[in-house]
Amino acid sequence: MNAPSPSLFTGPLMAAATRDAVLKLDPRKLIHTPVMFVTALVATLSTILLVREIVIGGGQIVFQAQLVFWLWLTVLFGNFAEAMAEGRGKAQAASLRATKAELKAKLLIGTGDLFETVAASQLEVGDVVLVETGDLIPADGDVVAGVASVNEAAITGESAPVIREAGGDRSAVTAGTRVISDQIKVKVTAAAGQGFLDRMIALVEGAQRQKTPNEIALTILLAGLTLIFLIAVGTLPAFASYAHGTIAVPVLVALFVTLIPTTISALLSAIGIAGMDRLVRFNVLAKSGRAVEAAGDIDTLLLDKTGTITIGDRQATELLPLPGIAHADFVSAARLASLADETPEGRSIVVLAGHGDPIPQDAVAIKFTSQTRVSGLQIGDRALVKGAVDAVLKRIGAAADPAAVQAMRDISDGIARSGGTPLAVAEGNRLLGVIHLKDIVKAGIRARFGELRRMGIRTVMITGDNPLTAASIAAESGVDDFLAEATPEDKLALIRKEQEGGKLVAMCGDGTNDAPALAQSDVGVAMNTGTQAAREAGNMVDLDSDPTKLIEIVGLGKQLLMTRGALTTFSISNDVAKYFAILPAIFIVLYPGLAALNVMKLGSPQSAILSAIIFNALIIPALVPLALKGVAYRPAPAGTLLARNLAIYGVGGLIAPFAGIKLIDLAVTGLNLA
Amino acid sequence: MTLAGWGMILLFTALFIALAKPAGDWMFTLYKGEAMPLGRVLGPLEQGCYRLSGVDPAREQGWVGYAAALMCFNLAGIGLLFAILKLQAVLPFNPQHFGGIDNWLAFNTAVSFVTNTNWQNYGGESTLSNFSQMAGLTVQNFLSAATGIAVAFAIIRGFARASAQGIGNFWADITRVTLYLLLPASIVLALVYVLLGVPQTLDASVGATTLEGARQSIALGPVASQLAIKMLGTNGGGFFNANSAHPFENPSALSNYIQMLSIFVLGAGLTLTFGKAVGNVKQGWSLLAAMVLLVLAGVTFAYWAEAAGNPIHQALGIAGGNMEGKEVRFGIAATVLFAVVTTATSCGAVIGMHDSLMPLAGLVPMFNMQLGELVIGGVGSGLYAVLIYAILAVFIAGLMVGRTPEYVGKKIESREMKLTVIAIVIPPLCILGLAALASVVGPGLAGPLAKGPHGFSEILYAYSSAAANNGSAFGGLSGNTPFYNATLAIGMFFGRFGVILPVLGIAGGLAVKRRVPPGPGSFPTTGPLWIGLLAAIILIVGGLTFLPTLALGPIADQFQVAAGTLN
Repeated sequence: MNAPSPSLFTGPLMAAATRDAVLKLDPRKLIHTPVMFVTALVATLSTILLVREIVIGGGQIVFQAQLVFWLWLTVLFGNFAEAMAEGRGKAQAASLRATKAELKAKLLIGTGDLFETVAASQLEVGDVVLVETGDLIPADGDVVAGVASVNEAAITGESAPVIREAGGDRSAVTAGTRVISDQIKVKVTAAAGQGFLDRMIALVEGAQRQKTPNEIALTILLAGLTLIFLIAVGTLPAFASYAHGTIAVPVLVALFVTLIPTTISALLSAIGIAGMDRLVRFNVLAKSGRAVEAAGDIDTLLLDKTGTITIGDRQATELLPLPGIAHADFVSAARLASLADETPEGRSIVVLAGHGDPIPQDAVAIKFTSQTRVSGLQIGDRALVKGAVDAVLKRIGAAADPAAVQAMRDISDGIARSGGTPLAVAEGNRLLGVIHLKDIVKAGIRARFGELRRMGIRTVMITGDNPLTAASIAAESGVDDFLAEATPEDKLALIRKEQEGGKLVAMCGDGTNDAPALAQSDVGVAMNTGTQAAREAGNMVDLDSDPTKLIEIVGLGKQLLMTRGALTTFSISNDVAKYFAILPAIFIVLYPGLAALNVMKLGSPQSAILSAIIFNALIIPALVPLALKGVAYRPAPAGTLLARNLAIYGVGGLIAPFAGIKLIDLAVTGLNLA
Repeated sequence: MTLAGWGMILLFTALFIALAKPAGDWMFTLYKGEAMPLGRVLGPLEQGCYRLSGVDPAREQGWVGYAAALMCFNLAGIGLLFAILKLQAVLPFNPQHFGGIDNWLAFNTAVSFVTNTNWQNYGGESTLSNFSQMAGLTVQNFLSAATGIAVAFAIIRGFARASAQGIGNFWADITRVTLYLLLPASIVLALVYVLLGVPQTLDASVGATTLEGARQSIALGPVASQLAIKMLGTNGGGFFNANSAHPFENPSALSNYIQMLSIFVLGAGLTLTFGKAVGNVKQGWSLLAAMVLLVLAGVTFAYWAEAAGNPIHQALGIAGGNMEGKEVRFGIAATVLFAVVTTATSCGAVIGMHDSLMPLAGLVPMFNMQLGELVIGGVGSGLYAVLIYAILAVFIAGLMVGRTPEYVGKKIESREMKLTVIAIVIPPLCILGLAALASVVGPGLAGPLAKGPHGFSEILYAYSSAAANNGSAFGGLSGNTPFYNATLAIGMFFGRFGVILPVLGIAGGLAVKRRVPPGPGSFPTTGPLWIGLLAAIILIVGGLTFLPTLALGPIADQFQVAAGTLN
C-alpha cells in the first residue's frame, strides 16, 4: 500500500518496546495467547529445575542454563513483537489525548446565545453548544445552526479547511477540530468518552483490542496443535522407559517448545495491530477488526459513479433545443433554470449558456429533492425546471405534447448512448430541449476493475443516471454491473439481494439517506465529510473522504488475512526440520541406529537441541518486519495467490529451518557452547 | 518389485476408481431419500420398520437429536451383543456347544463390532457359536457400517444445505443404507463368493483324513455371508482366526481381488456422493484423488521395503523379497497391497501377518491407521475423517488467499475449528496415551511377544488399530487379557464416538450457515494444487504427531534389522 510508513525500528520505539516486552510477562496478559502462556509456563518449570540442579549439583548446568535462557527469550520476543506493533500507535494516541484534555464547551442556556463554559467531559447527548472562531469543537455532533469552515487536521492530518453547515450532508462535526471562521451551534450526539476521538485513541493504541473472529478460530487451532504436541511429547518418557532408557526433562521441554506453533502465536496479535495501523495510516478508521477482516472477504463492491468512476463533476457540453424551439430561447431558458443551481453541473450550464440577465428579484428557487429530482426557478408564473428526462416527464405527466416527448426521447437516447447525461428543460408543461452533460471516466479505472475481477470481486456502479447513460459509462469504465436511476431504497434492496445469495457487500456513502445501506452492507465506509448518521452507520470512516479507497481497503483486509495464513503455514512447516534436529539427538541413546535420521549432520545431540531452540527463538524477531508490514500483496485470482504463497511460506518453511539450524549448529559448535 | 506386481496394483487402482462412480451415484440417490430401484421389493419392508419402531422418516433431526439417536442405538447394540456372547451356551445354533465367553472378552468384542473395528481377541471358529456369529457379529457388521454411512450423510448435508436446522433423520438413514445398499450388495457378493468356493453352511465342521492317516476336523460355517459384509462394510472380522489368509475365506486370486475391491468401493464412492451433493462433483474427485495419491505412496513404500527383503535372511542365503508370514498363494505384491488396502480403510481383514512385514513396510499400515483411516477410510468414517482434514487444510492455507477460509461454500469459523481440533486430538490421545500406559505397567508389558522396538511396534499397532477402528492385528501381541481387552475397548469406543460426535456438531453448525457461491476469489478446493496441499497437510499433521513413536518402533526396528541385530 502507498500509505506513508515510518521506519520500523527507530531507537526510542525499540527501547519502549523492550521495556513493554518485560512488562507483558504478567501472566494475566500472557494468557490471551495460549501458546505463549504455555511457553512461559514451561520456561518457569525449566528455571525451577535449573535452580534445583545448581543447588543439589549434577546435571548439565551450562547446557540447561542456555536452554532456559532461550526459552525466556522466546517469550520475550513474542511480547516484543506485540509491543512494537502497539508502540507505533501510541505516539499518535498521545497527541490526540492532549487535544482532548484541553476541550472546553460553551454550553447554551435557553434559546438565546447565553452560555456557560463547562468541561467537555460534562456534556450530555442533546446539549447544544456554541462554537466560535478559534474554538475547538468540544464534542461530536451535528450543526443545528450556522455555517463555518473547520480545520480537521487534528483528525485527518489534512490542513485545508472544510465547510460545515446546518442541514444537508455536511452537518457532522468532530470533537477536537477547530472552527477557523464564523460560528456554529452544535447539538451533541456522542456522550463523553464515546466520541470519535475516544474511539480513535483506543484504536490507534490497540488497547482494548478485541480478538477478531478469524483470530479466535486461529487461536483455537494453535491451541489444538499445542495439545497434540503435548500428547506426542508427553508420552515419550513412557516409550523411552519401554526401551530401558530415559529422556531428560529439559530436552523434552526443548522438543515441546520448538514443536508448538510459537512463531505464529508470538506474531499473531502484532499482525492484527499492524493491520489496523496500516489502515489508520491510510487515513481510514475501522470501528472493529471484524470489519477489516470482512473487507478481505468482499464479493461485491458498490461504487458511486460520481467521484469514484468518473471525475467528480459532469460538464455541460451541448444545448440541444427540440424542433420548433428557437436556439436562443432554449439557451436562455436553460440558463435561467440553472441559475439557482449551485452544483458544479448547474454552474457549467450557466457558463456554457454565456452572458445573460442576473437572477430576477421575484424569482424563487425550485429546490432539488430526491423525490421530484428536478430543480429550477419560479419567476412569477413561469416555472422553468431542468432535471433527468424521466423526472421532468413525470412532473409534466399527461399534459406533455406526445410529439415533443418523442423528439426529446430521440435526442436524449442519442446522448445517453454516447455516455453523456441528458437533462431535460421545460417551462411549465412545455418541453424545450435537452442539455448534454458529459462524464469523464477516470484514467486507469478500467485496469483497476480488471484487477478486482481477477480477484473475484464484482463491481456494481451506482448512479442516478438513466439506464442508457449508465450502460455506456459502465462499458467505458469496465464495471461489471450497474444500478441506474438508483434511489437509496434501490441501493438497500440490491445489498440485501446480494447478501441473500451469500455474498459480502462493501459500499461507501456520505448522506443521511445512505445510512440504512451503510448499516446493511458488510463493509460500509462513511465519508468523513458526511453526516453524523452516515458516520454512525458505517463500520469504517474514511478521513480523506475518497470513495476510491474502498478498493484499497479490500486489499488491506486481504493482506491482513494473508499475512496471518502465511506465517501459520511457515510456522507449521518449520516443525519438520526441528524433528530431524531433535529426535535423533534424543533417541540416539536408546537406539544408536537412529543416528541416521540426523540428516543435517549436527555436531552433537546437545548442540542439535540448542540450535533448534535458538532457531525457534530467533525466527520471531526475524519475522517481525514481515508481520508489521504484511506480506507482499498483488491482486490476483485465489489459485495464483495460493500457489505463490505456498511456494514461499510452505515450501520455504520446510527448507529454511534446515539451513538455519545447520548454521546455528556450526556457530554453537564453533563457540563450544555445547 | 516385479512388473506383474505393479500391473496388479495399478489395475486395482483403475478398477476401484471406475467402481467409485456407480457406487457414488447409488449412494447419492440413497442420500437424498429418493425412491430406490429396489423399492418395489424392499419398500414395504422399509415402511414396516418405521411403523414398527414408530419413526417418522421425514422428520428432520438437529445435530443433537441425530447424535442422541446414534448414541442410544450404538450403546444398545453394545449391550445386546454383550448379552448374546455371554448367553451363547443357551442360545440356538451352537452345534459345537461353546460356552459363554469371559466378561472382558465379551465386552471387548461387543465394543469392537459395534464400533466397526472388529478387533478379534477370540478365535472365531473355536469360540463362537453360529448364532453369535450370525445374529451377533454379522448384524453389527451391517449396523456399524450403516452408522458410519449415516454420519457421512449427515456431514454431507451440513455442507450441502443452507440455512437449515436439520441434518437428516438417523433412523431413516440407517434403515435405508442397510436395506438398499448393504443387504442387496452383500447377498450378491456372498453368492459370488460361494461360486468361488467359500463355504456357506450351518454345519459345524467336516471330517477329513490326512495323508498321514490322521483324522482332522475342518471347521465350516456360514462363511460367505459374513465375508461379504466384512469387506463391504470395512469391518474385517473374519469367520476364521486366520481371516482372509484361510483358504475357505479366500480361495483364489480372484476372490482376493474381489475382496480388495469391495473394501474400497463404498469409501471411494462416498467422496463422489459428497461431490454431487454439494453441486460440484469435482470436489468429490479431488478428495478421491488425494486419497489415491496417499494409497499409491503407501503401497510403493511398503512394496519397496518388502521386495528389498530381509538382510538377515539374505545373509543366511535366502534370496529375494521378504516372504515371512505370507500366504504363498498370494505372494509379496498382493500381500502388500492387501495390507495397505485393509489399513487405509478401517477394514482390518488380513491375508498375511503384518508382524512379519519388514519394519518399514509395517510402518505403512500403522501410519495409515494413525492418520485416522481417511485414505479411502472406513465406510462413512473415511469421508468424514478426510473432510475434517479438508477443513484443517482450508483453514491453515486458506488464509493465504486473503479471505476467511471456506470449504465448498461454507465459512470455516471458530466453532468449526473447535470441533475439528477435538476430532483431531482424540485419536492420538487414545493411541499414544494408551500405548504409553501399556509401555509402563506390568500387564501391558506382558503383552508383546517380541522385545525391543519390534515389541513396541506390536503395542503401538494394537492401539492404533483400536482407536482407528481398524481391527487388524500386527500379531505377536497376547491381547486376550483383562488389561488389553479393557484398554483396547476404551480406545475403540473413544476413537469412534470421540470423532463422530464432533463431526455431527460440525454438520449441524454448517447446515445453518449460508452458502457462499464460488468465484475466482474463492480458495480452490479442486485441482492438483488442492489435492497436493490436502495430502501434504494430512502427512505433515499426522507425521508430526506420530513421528517420535514411529521412530522408536518400526524405524528403530528397521535400523536394527539392517545392522543385523535380532531381538
